[in-house]
Amino acid sequence: MLGFLKRPIVVTAEVNLNMVSLTVASLLSRLWCLSYPRAVVFDEVYYGPFISFYMNRVFFLDDSGPPLGHMLLALGGYLGGFDGNFLWNRIGAEYTKNVPVWALRLLPALAGALSVPMGYQIVSELRFSHCAAIGAALLLLIENALITQSRLMQLESLLIFFNFLAVLSYLKFFNVQKHSPFSPRWWFWLMLTGVACACAVGTRYMGIFTYLLVLCVAAIHAWHLIGDQTLSNVRVLCHVFARAVALVVLPAVLYLLCFYVHLTLLYRSGPHDRIMSSAFQASLEGGLARITQGQPLEVAFGSQVTLKNVFGKPLPCWLHSHQNTYPIIYENGRGSSHQQQVTCYPFKDINNWWVIKDPERHQLVVSNPPKPVRHGDVVQLVHGMTTRFLNTHDVAAPLSLHAQEVSCYVDYNISMPAQNLWRLDIVNRQSDRDTWKTILSTVRFVHLNTSAVLKLSGAHLPEWGFRQLEVVGEKLSRGQHESMAWNVEEHHYRTSQEQRGQELELHTPMKANFSLNLSFMARFLELQWRMLTLQSEEAEHRYSSTPLDWVTLDSNIPYWLNPRSSAQIHLLGNLVIWASASMATATYVLLFLWYLLRRQRDIHDLPEDVWQRWVLAGALCGGGWAVNYLPFFLMEKTLFLYHYLPALAFQLLLLPLVLQHTWDHLCRTQVQRGVFSALVVTWYSAACHVSNMLRPLTYGDRPLSPGELLALHWRDSWDILIQKP
Amino acid sequence: MLCASGRLLAARAETSLFAPPGGRGPALRFPRRELHFPGQLNPPLWDSLTGRLTRHNASPHRRVILKWGRMQPAVGRGLAGSELRLRKSRCGSRAARSVGRDGAIQATARSPKPPRRSSRRFEEVGRQALLALVTLLSFATRFHRLDQPPHVCWDETHFGKMGSYYINRTFFFDVHPPLGKMLIGLAGYLSGYDGTFLFQKPGDKYEHHSYMGMRGFCAFLGSWLVPFAYLIVLDLSKSLPAALLTAALLIFDTGCLTLSQYILLDPILMFFIMAAMLSMVKYNSYANRPFSAPWWFWLILTGISLTGALGVKFVGLFIILQVGLNTIADLWHLFGDLSLSLVTVGKHLMARILCLIVLPLVLYMAIFAVHIMVLNKSGPGDGFFSSAFQARLSGNNLHNASIPEHLAYGSVITVKNLRMAIGYLHSHRHLYPEGFGARQQQVTTYLHKDYNNLWIIKKYNTDSDPLDPSFPVEFVRHGDIIRLEHKETARNLHSHYHEAPLTRKHYQVTGYGINGTGDSNDFWRIEVVNRKFGNRIKVLRSRIRLIHLVTGCVLGSSGKILPKWGWEQLEVTCTPYLKQTLNSIWNVEDHINPKLPNISLDVLQPTFPEILLESHMVMIWGNNGLKPKDNDFTSKPWHWPINYQGLRFSGANDTDFRVYLLGNPVIWWLNLVSIALYLISRSIIAIAMQRGAQLSTKVEELTRVLLQGGGQVLLGWMLHYFPFFLMGRILYFHHYFPAMLFSSMLTGILWDTLLRLFAGGLASSSLAKSVHATGILILILGTAYSFYLFHPLAYGMVGPLAQDPKSPMAGLRWLESWEF
Repeated sequence: MLGFLKRPIVVTAEVNLNMVSLTVASLLSRLWCLSYPRAVVFDEVYYGPFISFYMNRVFFLDDSGPPLGHMLLALGGYLGGFDGNFLWNRIGAEYTKNVPVWALRLLPALAGALSVPMGYQIVSELRFSHCAAIGAALLLLIENALITQSRLMQLESLLIFFNFLAVLSYLKFFNVQKHSPFSPRWWFWLMLTGVACACAVGTRYMGIFTYLLVLCVAAIHAWHLIGDQTLSNVRVLCHVFARAVALVVLPAVLYLLCFYVHLTLLYRSGPHDRIMSSAFQASLEGGLARITQGQPLEVAFGSQVTLKNVFGKPLPCWLHSHQNTYPIIYENGRGSSHQQQVTCYPFKDINNWWVIKDPERHQLVVSNPPKPVRHGDVVQLVHGMTTRFLNTHDVAAPLSLHAQEVSCYVDYNISMPAQNLWRLDIVNRQSDRDTWKTILSTVRFVHLNTSAVLKLSGAHLPEWGFRQLEVVGEKLSRGQHESMAWNVEEHHYRTSQEQRGQELELHTPMKANFSLNLSFMARFLELQWRMLTLQSEEAEHRYSSTPLDWVTLDSNIPYWLNPRSSAQIHLLGNLVIWASASMATATYVLLFLWYLLRRQRDIHDLPEDVWQRWVLAGALCGGGWAVNYLPFFLMEKTLFLYHYLPALAFQLLLLPLVLQHTWDHLCRTQVQRGVFSALVVTWYSAACHVSNMLRPLTYGDRPLSPGELLALHWRDSWDILIQKP
Repeated sequence: MLCASGRLLAARAETSLFAPPGGRGPALRFPRRELHFPGQLNPPLWDSLTGRLTRHNASPHRRVILKWGRMQPAVGRGLAGSELRLRKSRCGSRAARSVGRDGAIQATARSPKPPRRSSRRFEEVGRQALLALVTLLSFATRFHRLDQPPHVCWDETHFGKMGSYYINRTFFFDVHPPLGKMLIGLAGYLSGYDGTFLFQKPGDKYEHHSYMGMRGFCAFLGSWLVPFAYLIVLDLSKSLPAALLTAALLIFDTGCLTLSQYILLDPILMFFIMAAMLSMVKYNSYANRPFSAPWWFWLILTGISLTGALGVKFVGLFIILQVGLNTIADLWHLFGDLSLSLVTVGKHLMARILCLIVLPLVLYMAIFAVHIMVLNKSGPGDGFFSSAFQARLSGNNLHNASIPEHLAYGSVITVKNLRMAIGYLHSHRHLYPEGFGARQQQVTTYLHKDYNNLWIIKKYNTDSDPLDPSFPVEFVRHGDIIRLEHKETARNLHSHYHEAPLTRKHYQVTGYGINGTGDSNDFWRIEVVNRKFGNRIKVLRSRIRLIHLVTGCVLGSSGKILPKWGWEQLEVTCTPYLKQTLNSIWNVEDHINPKLPNISLDVLQPTFPEILLESHMVMIWGNNGLKPKDNDFTSKPWHWPINYQGLRFSGANDTDFRVYLLGNPVIWWLNLVSIALYLISRSIIAIAMQRGAQLSTKVEELTRVLLQGGGQVLLGWMLHYFPFFLMGRILYFHHYFPAMLFSSMLTGILWDTLLRLFAGGLASSSLAKSVHATGILILILGTAYSFYLFHPLAYGMVGPLAQDPKSPMAGLRWLESWEF
């Protein structure tokens, strides 16, 4: 009892002053004058609108990456009290007073600053020396490109932060594993690995490669564990299971969670709605929902509807017809039916309305009670404005020659009888007698005479068709393509004069309420799918570059220019560091191959534990560089220099490791070591010097004369903005 | 496919909706630039009065769009590791295996009783007889009703036509290397086909033309697939039942059968792939007798087959990759064998380099040499190639033409864009309409030869007529500042800070000035790409760029089609982005200058390496260009193994003779199950071994077959399947067939081994034997019966479609997506 009182209470604190000073220095370098310039810098113009959308809770779609990064930027805005009212229209525009620039830039800057001590930790956890760890941190600290990128509202520094966090926590976990598996620390680091991986993937799709790398390393380590016969089978199973949960299930759940938050936050309709399906749009507040709320759910004979194409490429559009007819003779000399044009029109229009008619009845109104249309029913589609029937026949379509022309039937020509019966085919039906539901059902119209399917061909009609999209009857319907699927968007029951609308409404069995019946998973899947398949136009950009330019730093990106003082910010790396980092990577690969070949001949240059560390360091740091760099060669999108920064960060970790290895194992004599240390010191001073010279371009804080700018124009391929007097 | 005709390319463009304000493009934009092959869109014969559309069943499958874009390199990743491990484990077991000298001995060693000499001979004869039986069955099925249908089926329209081109020696362009078509042409030539049949579209009757030679040749090669697979499996598993099962799967597969019966590249390709695999397996089995005669024989044969595979289609790269991985693993193991001196290892390395790299390269180039020598007449493929290339072809207007070699001031020239299908720099007496920059004369590119393509080179600062005989000839040099005057309208090529009509980020290019007098916006600096200053500019050979002096932009063509006001010619812009793309590089094609001596263009003929390089660039470009349209249903790689949908080879209606390329579903689904089963059993075994489980020698031997032999073919399957997921080009069902061969081999090995393992657990060995035999027999008979059911798909059928309940095939339409 109270035995613990017999001893004094002692708190032993171990403070690694190196770490502290590194952190302070990096915070200074990243946070210094953070709100300068008070103007939109480069890609802030791209991310800014998304922040505003979050502030206003308006739905948007961005194909550049998952929403976590955007949300973190917006979090800064939220904490700084940003109201979202700023027009992000051009680079260089001055921020108004209501934009909390400092708060908006704070999170990326903090992430960038914390990467420095994390670099230190990673190298220590790789069991390399304290000097190497400091070296890595110092390189990260003074690298100009990393500083520039962290100081702005951009996502790369967040990605680097999460990448490092994933690697670091895995290393910690791996080191704990050796002596105390299943301890709380073990669990903590394991879980943190999964969380960091999920965050990395959630910030940028590129993060998935780092995640896969960590997963691979973890799998190899787990495989060794399986081979460890001192462990019981149950224990091995527990190990594998714990890893699977933490590294596979947890990240997947977190990824979903980040979309969940995203979709919960953005509940208002906005400018990007159009590209989503009708059901998705109807689940947003305002926009389509305002129209569709309360309209009858089941389509009946006599319903008046607009039909939207489900595929919607190249543009989302509605089935449309108008008074104009197909030209008698096309430009290339072919003829047409000269009947009324049927097109797909990307804007809402009164001509988009169609009435579903029962072929056996003459009235165009809904009977009482309404007779719902079911899968397999034969219908006629009557164009609302012209009351002509949707028709297709054995005539080649205007642009897609193998397909049939679709027209609204006009009986100019007796030799062509009306063929206007369509069989309704509900694609996502639950049962064979399912009814046709507004918005929810995707349907195909199969022509009864020719079994052609109504399809959006995606081609733009020429001037005579007002550049609207061509609609055809596809005869060789191979498989089900979404361009053949349509859904009802707007819908109401058509009533005759005598019939009171309200009376009918009373008999309507079900009303639509879509925000409730579209589940999160359905919304997530659709959003994710659209994000991945959205084809952004191959935008040529003045400052885009190719992956090959990055290693040699052949290009830079001018981020911002003060037109009065010529002060400017550039994304520009430290040449000395980039060159030596690439050389170090090459050296690592050559040394590794050399050792590997010699080991295969049974010559062991390195002791086993050193070799293990060397391989693990290479796998994580060199591998980190490779997985963050090489995939870009396969990508078709427009690439910029900043895409290289995550790879570079890993490369900077590898550099001191190679240096230390050289010192430990390749410098045999004291003289060699002395010379080598001197070289390293010289090299680092050079790097610092270069870094300092480029400082005005990193911070943009100093007016520069044309002479000074010319002095910084070290490479012809660099774009330094020199204004003519 | 592309090559089908000499129709020129035309481009169509859709304007972008809006340009991004800042760093990147905004999120929501749709259109992309695309290039069409309008040639593919054969206008159907149209009779506007009757309103009848002739059935156009020719090319909807093959309808293609060209789009600029980079190729996704079709390289499977992440496979090396598994292969390495696999080979390593084999190395460990080498000692155990070295007891037996070859397969026969080892297989017999497995039987409990020591074999007597007579029984061994008997067994040997039995093996030969089985092999003969398998081969015979294969030939019989492939040659049965080979002449049916007597009309062009599916891609015969392309490859038959290309065979004819070889016989007629006309130049054409195709996205595949030439060997396959050369062989088809040769077969046709030898069998008396005269190359006169047009192969216009599927369904055309052959009538009196001799087509059986070509079909027979393809069927002949296709028939060898079965014995090859048989031998590969026999060698990998040392088990006759496994080999027999594999052979049965392939003999009775309707898909393989159909694909082997027509004039296509696939049977030829698969022949070489399997030949390479077989010879690789064989030379592996001689690993204990390196540098012996059979070892060399199989090694060289591997190299030759690899060339064959690559020479037919670029898909051959995958088998090269497989052999490469196998060789690297092999060498790595040899290197680690300390009993071998480094010199010996070096000899091994040299042997492989010689036979697997040098020899195939030489052969491959030889194929191209023959290809280029044979095709020496101008033909439909000319337009795809550069001016210098065309000069080789007799009948082309550049052939034997003689023009001055170096550009001089006063020369009249045409300027051609280096990018394919863009054409010549062109202008005409029409202005840009209101709303498209300055209302000055249009400058476009045009694909056809025309007087409006002619331009005169003038000095920027003098107006004196350089053709005046009193002036000396002055050559244009790299870096000179020039003016280009349009000959017909006497306006200068001009650019200024106005938006280009379609590409809003570029500057507009116009024709400006009166009778050659303009302003300083007409000055262009002419630069030769990759040459030093001071060099003259050569006709055809020099790649030049024109840089606008005032704005510093580069003359280029965006490849987008102008609307009607621009006569649907292509847009010319001046791009401020100084990146070097082919769009902004030009060469001089025609050149008229009376003051200069004409030289024959033969002097300028490209060298063989240049021709080789250019052909490959064009092929790769063509392959990349085969992009599916957004709104069309296309075959996806995941459809293939589940046999989701076939391809119509011939006929669509109930009165037609219909042939439908579809795998025998029983076999394909068995293959699919087998792959899953294999992966499961493999992981179980691997984990058990990692946990240190003790296996009896018999089980260990079986698992080794499963891990090594099965691993080898599984790797083949993966290499021939997964890369397709990365490909951007349009894909077809028949691309899966090489992978399908491998997966059938895997099935054979897997079921034999699993049955043995299972039977091994039974008490008596006679019971075990009969269980095993029954299992294999059931599988073989099952596939045979399914073949009996599905054989009309391959051999052709007439009558109601399968949707119709009256059709005899109605009960066999197991998936709704099948259309026979």
